[in-house]
Amino acid sequence: MESLLKVVDLFCERDERILFDKLSFDVNSGQLLQVVGPNGSGKTTLLRILSGLSSYYEGDLFWKSKPIADQREDFATSLLYFGHQPGVKGALTPEENLRWYCAIHPAMDDRNLAQALEKVGLAGYEDVPCHSLSAGQNRRVSLARLYMTHAPLWILDEPFTAIDKQGVAEKEALLAQHVEQGGSVILTTHHDLSNSGPITRLNLEEYMGT
Amino acid sequence: MANMHTNTAEVSLFTLFGAVLKRDLLLSFRNKSDLVNPLIFFVMVATLFPLGVSPQPNFLSEVAPGVVWVAALLATLLSLDSLFRSDYEDGTLEQVILSPQPLMVVCFAKVVGHWMTTGLPLTLLSPLIGLMLFLPAEGMFGLLSSLLIGTFTLSLVGAIGAGLTVGLKRGGVLISLVVLPLYIPVLIFGSGVVEAAAMGIPYDGFLAIMGAMLALGCVLAPVAISAAVKISVSG
Amino acid sequence: MAGTKWMPRWFYQLASPRWCYEFTGKLLPWCAAVAGILLVVGMVWALAFAPPDYQQGNSFRIMYIHVPSAILAQSCYMMMAIAGAIGLIWKMKVADMVAYSCAPIGASMAVIALVTGAIWGKPTWGSWWVWDARLTSMLILLFLYMGVMAMYAAMENEAMAAKAASVLALVGLVNIPIIKYSVDWWNTLHQPATFTLTEKPAMPAEMWLPLLVMVIGFYCFFAVSLMMRLRNEIIRRERRAGWVRDLIVAYPNTGKR
Repeated sequence: MESLLKVVDLFCERDERILFDKLSFDVNSGQLLQVVGPNGSGKTTLLRILSGLSSYYEGDLFWKSKPIADQREDFATSLLYFGHQPGVKGALTPEENLRWYCAIHPAMDDRNLAQALEKVGLAGYEDVPCHSLSAGQNRRVSLARLYMTHAPLWILDEPFTAIDKQGVAEKEALLAQHVEQGGSVILTTHHDLSNSGPITRLNLEEYMGT
Repeated sequence: MANMHTNTAEVSLFTLFGAVLKRDLLLSFRNKSDLVNPLIFFVMVATLFPLGVSPQPNFLSEVAPGVVWVAALLATLLSLDSLFRSDYEDGTLEQVILSPQPLMVVCFAKVVGHWMTTGLPLTLLSPLIGLMLFLPAEGMFGLLSSLLIGTFTLSLVGAIGAGLTVGLKRGGVLISLVVLPLYIPVLIFGSGVVEAAAMGIPYDGFLAIMGAMLALGCVLAPVAISAAVKISVSG
Repeated sequence: MAGTKWMPRWFYQLASPRWCYEFTGKLLPWCAAVAGILLVVGMVWALAFAPPDYQQGNSFRIMYIHVPSAILAQSCYMMMAIAGAIGLIWKMKVADMVAYSCAPIGASMAVIALVTGAIWGKPTWGSWWVWDARLTSMLILLFLYMGVMAMYAAMENEAMAAKAASVLALVGLVNIPIIKYSVDWWNTLHQPATFTLTEKPAMPAEMWLPLLVMVIGFYCFFAVSLMMRLRNEIIRRERRAGWVRDLIVAYPNTGKR
């Protein structure tokens, strides 16, 4: 088990509130970490900090035992981030969107594109512009990336929103498979994760400041 | 995870540039109003001067160089707000920032796309405006060349403002406030070229200065644009 | 997180808001005294004792305020941009606070320069405004200041606003020489090259000595204003820190700020 991501004494405040203080944890390869906490406890903020989008924090982040600041490129290559917004352009079709992702991210492989769309249940929709698809379908286009990527670390913020029960079960199986193969997942979700294998839970409430 | 050392080298900068440019052009063409609106605005602003001041040929031909340039500048400014906005709102901008590929190349490609759909059409339309404002025929080539070079610089510098304000809900006037002082040198030299051309004076020197400003912009602006965009997304 | 570049120890010491607050507290009275003396001496010298200009008579005395304020407006912008850059690179809160405090002072200096320039122009040229190269450049500098201040005001997240405003200030800094050059060129194109408002012919010592005193006095005044604003800003931002609370609690008794 290789230590992938290491967080030491993370501190973050927002709007006069301390979201978390002295937060430290490790994420190893082959581990699935679920961040839990009440609404507004900073789950999304934490995920944004870990992925590198937000720099409003104090503390140290390490990737593979070295400071993350020294290895931005390696970290970015190894990361797949799924955020609050689907990251899908309405005027483009699912296929065009995914091809663009392959162009900007080296860890994405477009050979599985058709298969990935099929796996998320959008098999006949390759040529339909995404603004004609529902919100759930748009999120599924973005989730299709999970079937096309080589990145070992997945940071997913509410990936199952607007996905039906069967879809959730399939995605959970995918997460379990990824973790089994040595990847890692950090996610937040309101769903009960029953099919994802062993889960480590991180409760942000314990780290909330005053 | 043997595939982890992936094909970073293979996704060359050219491919990246091409992919981003192609996508932006595709998006512009699918949303035709984005293409046409700045042009209509351009013509309308130029029309305001004969209407608001005087339609006399003597007057108009004297102010034509400046008026065309001001109108082009304002039309460019208007179209800049949407440069990053839709990408910001649907989450694709943060995905680009998270990619290991150099953000500066992506930003530069976006500016090129913006210029091709705004500055270039404005430049091509400008002789028509020149005609309406009685710009002497000798001035036309100066008009075209100064706008061709100048509008690219305007897109570059304006993209910095667009990047800084994309996260703000009321970004509209702020971007103009922030960008207009930076546009003044381009305006001065651009209209200077056209005026010199209209008077039959050689203007290569002024064009060269505009070229130098463009070169400086090409080198420095992408740095500022990517910094601006990262700051806006980090909120 | 500490910066990526190594710097000497005093640099990092500067980064502590508390240390800055205490240091400026000690420095402030001295600076204020020096500024007061220099400005009073300078003004009296300029208004009463310096010889009148052979061409413009006594109205040119406004130069003794116009020139220092113009110099300060430009220096202040440079300081704002550099402080912003330091805040960006080394993530220093104090540098951000310095930049934030500089902006309104510099903008005010620019306004003073413009107003005194206009006052200077009136008796000389008969109009309240003239599109002189120096005045136009100063006006554009004021616009740059306003853009930066608008940037600070537009974002609620202060750290984010500081970064955005710093990037903008730096972009403006790079542009200032370009703007100056363009406006000078534009001016020669459109205005006949006669006596410009702010041309400084070789000045005898009786003229430039009081000017020097005024310039230094203005710099000291700027330092005083900056320190006062900075101290306010430090207190405001660090208000939840222990040392600030102690200060507030102790204030009624000690009267010490």
